[in-house]
Amino acid sequence: MKFARIIFANLLRKKVRLLLTIGSFAVALFLFAFLAVVNDAFQRGSDVAGADRLVIINRTSIINPIPLSYRDKILRIPGVKVITHNNWFGAIYKDEKNFFPQFVIDPENQRQVFPELLVSDDQWNAFVKDRQGAIVGARTAERFGWKIGDRVPLVSTIWGGGNWEFNIDGIYHGKLPQDDETQFWLQWDYFQEHVPAGIKGQVGWYVLRLDTPDDAVRVSKAIDGEFANSPNETRTETESAFAANWVKQFGNIKLLIISIGTVVFLTLLLVTGNTMAISVRERTPELAIFKAIGYSDRAVLFFVLAESLIIALIGGTIGLLLSVGAVPVLAKGLNGLLPALILTPSTLVLGTIFAVLVGLLSGVFPGLTAMHMRVVNALRRV
Amino acid sequence: MVKVDGSGSQSSLIQVRDLDKTYRRGGEEIDVLQGLNLDVEAGEFVAFMGPSGSGKSTLLNLLGGLDVPTRGHITVAGDEITHMSGGKLTEWRARHVGFIFQMYNLIPVLTAFQNVELPLLLTKLSKAERRSHVETALGVVGLSDRMQHFPRQLSGGQEQRVTIARAIVSDPTFLLCDEPTGDLDRKSADDVMAIIEELVGKYHKTVLMVTHDPVVAARAHSILHLEKGVLVEGKHTTPLSSAGGVA
Repeated sequence: MKFARIIFANLLRKKVRLLLTIGSFAVALFLFAFLAVVNDAFQRGSDVAGADRLVIINRTSIINPIPLSYRDKILRIPGVKVITHNNWFGAIYKDEKNFFPQFVIDPENQRQVFPELLVSDDQWNAFVKDRQGAIVGARTAERFGWKIGDRVPLVSTIWGGGNWEFNIDGIYHGKLPQDDETQFWLQWDYFQEHVPAGIKGQVGWYVLRLDTPDDAVRVSKAIDGEFANSPNETRTETESAFAANWVKQFGNIKLLIISIGTVVFLTLLLVTGNTMAISVRERTPELAIFKAIGYSDRAVLFFVLAESLIIALIGGTIGLLLSVGAVPVLAKGLNGLLPALILTPSTLVLGTIFAVLVGLLSGVFPGLTAMHMRVVNALRRV
Repeated sequence: MVKVDGSGSQSSLIQVRDLDKTYRRGGEEIDVLQGLNLDVEAGEFVAFMGPSGSGKSTLLNLLGGLDVPTRGHITVAGDEITHMSGGKLTEWRARHVGFIFQMYNLIPVLTAFQNVELPLLLTKLSKAERRSHVETALGVVGLSDRMQHFPRQLSGGQEQRVTIARAIVSDPTFLLCDEPTGDLDRKSADDVMAIIEELVGKYHKTVLMVTHDPVVAARAHSILHLEKGVLVEGKHTTPLSSAGGVA
């Protein structure tokens, strides 16, 4: 394009200022990507939730158990396809810092309810036969260097304390990159053998799959109605709603992230807008010359917008590329605290749109000023 | 042939009729031009003189379509420009006017070649055609060997010659020069004036020039003085019309 030389020559006239402006874009876009990744991680539960899954917890609180005897009653409700149950195990591996989620599972139905978490039949069969067996997510296995056949000791902090020994019989992988690969599954029967008598026969929550997602409301009402006025009333909700409520326990993460993002956006807008305004003001007589020799108002606006857009795109691309490299490092540094820190293509696209938007907005007011200036007045300022 | 009484023929390249320009400064109205008439034939070289604030540059700006009059009409090569929209006027300037300013007004981040090429980027000329035009224009002003120099690498006189090359590269209908030698030493001023004279004499360009310098003005065909908002006759160096001509 024949005007590119003019645009780039203008961009490069103040190299230090250009670098600083690009740098501010890069830092802002890096921060944007980081915030988006953290937000995604918190929202991931509801995003990856199966549309046909319901979660049933004790109406009082998730820490209050529900009787195992509910299972058969729930299964009798029309529309329920399969049901499994879990308990939070909450043990420590060597050190309290080594956090990862451990669940007591029902080997009979776990794979039918969570088909997206893949484990080979061989490994699964070995697990089912092994009372002390465990299936571990690929990320946790990688984190601690566990291999199939390893014997792993965990110290329970909830269920009467003491050492629990497990054999790693299998490693599961998520079907999608965002699937949680940090969990550790142990057998219900092994758990039942060791917990205090008052806990036996009590599950933490149920997860069921429906024949069709359309039944979600009806089945939820039916389940909660079934156990209404019992000592353990239930609250049934879709897995998505359950995950969203879970995140709410940490506070309004989304609002916090949006607030920080807004501050970043406005700060960047002010910084780049000010830079473009100074740049245009410095060049007022030159822009007047362009208009005098026949360049239209729109051409002058185009030059200014093109400059701010190029700065935004270069800075934004650098920031996003930095985040591509930094997010895996961050994920490793957090030791699985947030299960799925992933920079998705949609975040990169959103970041690029964000950069373009800031670039255009920061250039539009100086550009309009240049566009509407009177040549005669501008030339007097020489 | 230059006339200032409004009696020029329809064939004049530039016709100005009853031109008024009033500025408002604070609550006060200042009449800079009052009923000004002017007829300039093609190929003329006219100098405008007058004290500071007499309206010389205002007149030049109006003739170049950079400003609009309060009243009156300006017609250039058959185009009535006083009622043109901003966009049309911009296109008209690109086609018809070459500007030469006192302060050169080159773009500092572009080379001499690129500065001269600027008006041609608005045309449909190919890259090779643009190059040919630019080389010719820079050749006319004697700067063929300075094409890749940036303005900061040129002397004041050379910068002004680049400005002249930029003004003529698109072969405009006429040139407007606002104090073209005002910032130059005598030698450089002579060089610049020699080029302008060559443009008039050899290439038959029409040149309207504002200057404070009587020596520079003396090189024009006609000198017009702006006094109290109207043009009055000065001296001439070529034959003028009998009625209303500058004598």
